[in-house]
Amino acid sequence: MAPELIDPERVKQELLQAYPAKVGRKRAGQMVVNRKDTPGESPEIVANVRTTPGIITQRGCCYAGCKGVVLGPTRDIVNITHGPIGCGFYSWLTRRNQTRPPTPESENFMTYCFSTDMQEDQIVFGGEKKLQQAIQEAYDLFHPKAIGIFSTCPVGLIGDDVHAVATEMREKLGINIFGFSCEGYRGVSQSAGHHIANNQLFKHVIGRNNEPAPGRFRIGMLGEYNIGGDAFVIEELLDRCGITLTATFSGNSTIDNFERAHTADLNCVMCHRSINYVADMIQKKYGVPWIKVNFIGAEATAKSLRRIAAYFEDAELSERVEKVIAEEMERVLKAQAECQPRCQGKLAMLFVGGSRAHHYQLLFTELGMRTVAAGYEFAHRDDYEGRQVLPKIKIDADSRNIEELHVEADPEHFRPRVNEERWKSLAESDMELNDYAGMMTDMEEKTLVIDDISHHEMERLLEIYRPAVFCAGIKEKYAVQKFGIPCKQLHSYDYGGPYAAFEGAINFYYEIDRMVNAQVWSFIQPPWDKHAGPTLEAAFVKP
Amino acid sequence: MISALSNPTKGPAFAASRNSCKLCAPLGACLAFRGFEGAVPFLHGSQGCATYIRRYTISHFKEPLDIASSSFGEAAAVFGGRENLRVGLENVVRQYAPQMIGLATTCLAETIGEDVPMLVRQVMGEMRGRVCPVVHVATPSFSGTHAEGFRAAVRATVDVLAQPGPRHAAVNLMPGIISPADLRYLKEIVADFGLESILLPDYSETLDGQAWDEYQRMPPGGTPLDAVRRSGAAQASIELGAWGDPERSAAGLLSARFGVQHIPLPAPIGVTHSDRFFAALERLSGRRTPQKHRDERGRLIDSYVDAHKYVFGKKAVVYGEPDLVLGLVGLLVEVGMAPAVCATGTRGVGLRQQIVAMAPELDSACILEGVDFVEIEQQARAAHCDLIVGSSKGYGMARRLGVPLVRVGFPIHDRIDGPRLLHIGYRGAQQLFDRMANALIEQSQDNSPIGYSYM
Ligand code: SF4
Ligand code: SF4
Repeated sequence: MAPELIDPERVKQELLQAYPAKVGRKRAGQMVVNRKDTPGESPEIVANVRTTPGIITQRGCCYAGCKGVVLGPTRDIVNITHGPIGCGFYSWLTRRNQTRPPTPESENFMTYCFSTDMQEDQIVFGGEKKLQQAIQEAYDLFHPKAIGIFSTCPVGLIGDDVHAVATEMREKLGINIFGFSCEGYRGVSQSAGHHIANNQLFKHVIGRNNEPAPGRFRIGMLGEYNIGGDAFVIEELLDRCGITLTATFSGNSTIDNFERAHTADLNCVMCHRSINYVADMIQKKYGVPWIKVNFIGAEATAKSLRRIAAYFEDAELSERVEKVIAEEMERVLKAQAECQPRCQGKLAMLFVGGSRAHHYQLLFTELGMRTVAAGYEFAHRDDYEGRQVLPKIKIDADSRNIEELHVEADPEHFRPRVNEERWKSLAESDMELNDYAGMMTDMEEKTLVIDDISHHEMERLLEIYRPAVFCAGIKEKYAVQKFGIPCKQLHSYDYGGPYAAFEGAINFYYEIDRMVNAQVWSFIQPPWDKHAGPTLEAAFVKP
Repeated sequence: MISALSNPTKGPAFAASRNSCKLCAPLGACLAFRGFEGAVPFLHGSQGCATYIRRYTISHFKEPLDIASSSFGEAAAVFGGRENLRVGLENVVRQYAPQMIGLATTCLAETIGEDVPMLVRQVMGEMRGRVCPVVHVATPSFSGTHAEGFRAAVRATVDVLAQPGPRHAAVNLMPGIISPADLRYLKEIVADFGLESILLPDYSETLDGQAWDEYQRMPPGGTPLDAVRRSGAAQASIELGAWGDPERSAAGLLSARFGVQHIPLPAPIGVTHSDRFFAALERLSGRRTPQKHRDERGRLIDSYVDAHKYVFGKKAVVYGEPDLVLGLVGLLVEVGMAPAVCATGTRGVGLRQQIVAMAPELDSACILEGVDFVEIEQQARAAHCDLIVGSSKGYGMARRLGVPLVRVGFPIHDRIDGPRLLHIGYRGAQQLFDRMANALIEQSQDNSPIGYSYM
């Protein structure tokens, strides 16, 4: 039996103590002790609300979500940041998305950082001219297929119309050029930027090429960004199973792939938060259903492959998938057996992203580790509680100003991939058809779920639980490690990876084993300074 | 596409920036504020800037760096950020009990033209309980880079805190953006002259700390605010890497307001520049340079003599903040290398004029201000350079040109020792020289078909 956890309600009160009453009340709603007493229902959490000023958050801005996350990994589009230099500079190839151009000569603009480098003049008199010039320069330099323009905070305020400039230059240059109104102050986090990126991709790119990719079982992979080469191992795995990838949003992707994304017969959603809009819109306009998949964790990978095979109802495909799973699981179990004894029962915490904090828990479970607290940086309630809460989510002012596209079935290209009866049976299966059950269903009772964790809360959690590993990003990493606790970065993977699919799972086991059992942690307390004062943790463990 | 990038012919002057060689102003300000004891940097504007700047700076220093933000939303962007500022400052005061808040503005707040000093006065006036000084600095990135933001933040801090008083023997040191290791060494040098130094600022501990036995919310270190107050009565201010209008520097302000002698010096990189720095300390202390440092200088010169065969006549590309570039050019020239391309992303700093004043033979060198990496690369290729000296951001260029990169300055995101690199003084020159010579030796060793182990 796993040891009893510290009473999470007490921890919660402890975390809230530092705040003024009003801030405390707000934070209290974003901190939930998980319950599993009602099947299919998770406790309500407050999410996707503005961070209180002065509270140090993990979150970035709308621009970061739009340019960095969704469009960042696409290699053949030139991205121009319209704004002062910093925003573009800081988003210059820092997400470590990988890409594999087919030949050394193939286009790859990802290492490139284009910015209009706005100066005072443009702030006062407008920057549209300079933007036009920048587009022209990018075109002259590269002759790309597509150019994206990303607006930073000042752009919206000085009234530059990036969409008008895009239209004008599109007509002039005859290539696809489109803009994003993703000023950093819109919405409350990167999430707003994801939505805006989804919308513009849907309006300007998806559906431009109706030629399907050759192959019998054609799927799209949505919300996979190829950090650390994840997309490569997934691509290879699908290939071995005989499944064709039409497009990935957007790891290792190209504009060409996006253009025919609607020709797939099934869309598979990895990161629900960042891409569910595209999945939904393709379904409505073109009739392609989507299911939730997850290739993080060996079990989850197997389950996802089986879901895809079950959807296509093809014996041969199922057989091939089972064969691949069986082969791979042999290696996986061997690695598990090796690492598990050294990791068993240790505690993990994950505060990251809009899906990773969920998906990576499964890898820890496979190592025998327990996730005691987790939360997302920029997710919404549905990512925690499941999509059934969607109708209940209140739309606040911050969400209202992000455009909701109205989408209807395309008169020419709408083609329902399954009939009504089959849809019904799929919906009743455990496939998560057009659905996501959320993070909380996969978490233990009495674990803590915290949305948009603050720096202060993180510090207290570390003091109280002293977990064996804390997963977050570079901003948190060195603060966590000051506690003598390793921090695994799940944005950049600490420049390691891949961690997806079977191969990635094996990598991850070894990596975590090395991290939590490394010698270095034992040196932190110098020998002349071994004072054993009472720690909070002790106070909490003993009731 | 690489071929388009590395086209040797110099293109037309570009309007846009292609791979920028500068960062934005609030980053410099946050860095500076972090060097004052108990100070919390705070960005007035959207939270995204604070997040980006944290991520970027933390990746270099590998230390925690909290930067608060007033987290503007659309409403604040349109109607002003007073309420956000109030809540933000209140929360920072409550969570950190800081001794000082360093408040810089992002482009957003600057674009809507917030009257920040007035807002701060109002908000802090309303706050009950403990308050602390708030140092405000305007840092619109559309008219300044990180180097300028840094300078402006130091000046603003001194502006708020420095007091007049009976003259004392301490020396103010404005080091510019240098590494924590440099800062520590700087303190050691000045102490060896028997002088008290007031470093403005000193992030040698806050941004290069130790593993802590117990967690500290506010990392220890930084120049105590009391020392900053006393800077108004110091005997002199040595401003290292001084450039541009003295009015805009902290040392200039102290001189104008309190009559503190202003000694502007180039960054003490290389022997010539270091000699000037040591000479200034001799003058101020009335002591000769201590033996330890004379020995270090002696060993450095000896190594120049021994190893100059490896470096002589080699063509180098140098880029970075203007003071760093000027300092590095000094070092390169004295060891007989040719700084073929000297570049900074900052504009209007008279880089050419300063370089040529120092080394008239460089009049024909390619000296560039306000440039991006695409242009630097084109020039580097045209110059057939042998060595690149600058931040990690030149790695792509180094790789394409097949030339070694000696990493200096900020940011260094692809090596682990950025905060521990020495650049200044005799000891820093020794490190830089050794690293440059070794890089060149390694290059010729690796390119040799035989593989000598004797070079
Ligand atoms: S808006 Fe200005 S302050 Fe913010 S990241 Fe961009 S350039 Fe820097
Ligand atoms: S200015 Fe706006 S767009 Fe740029 S980093 Fe800051 S919040 Fe993001």
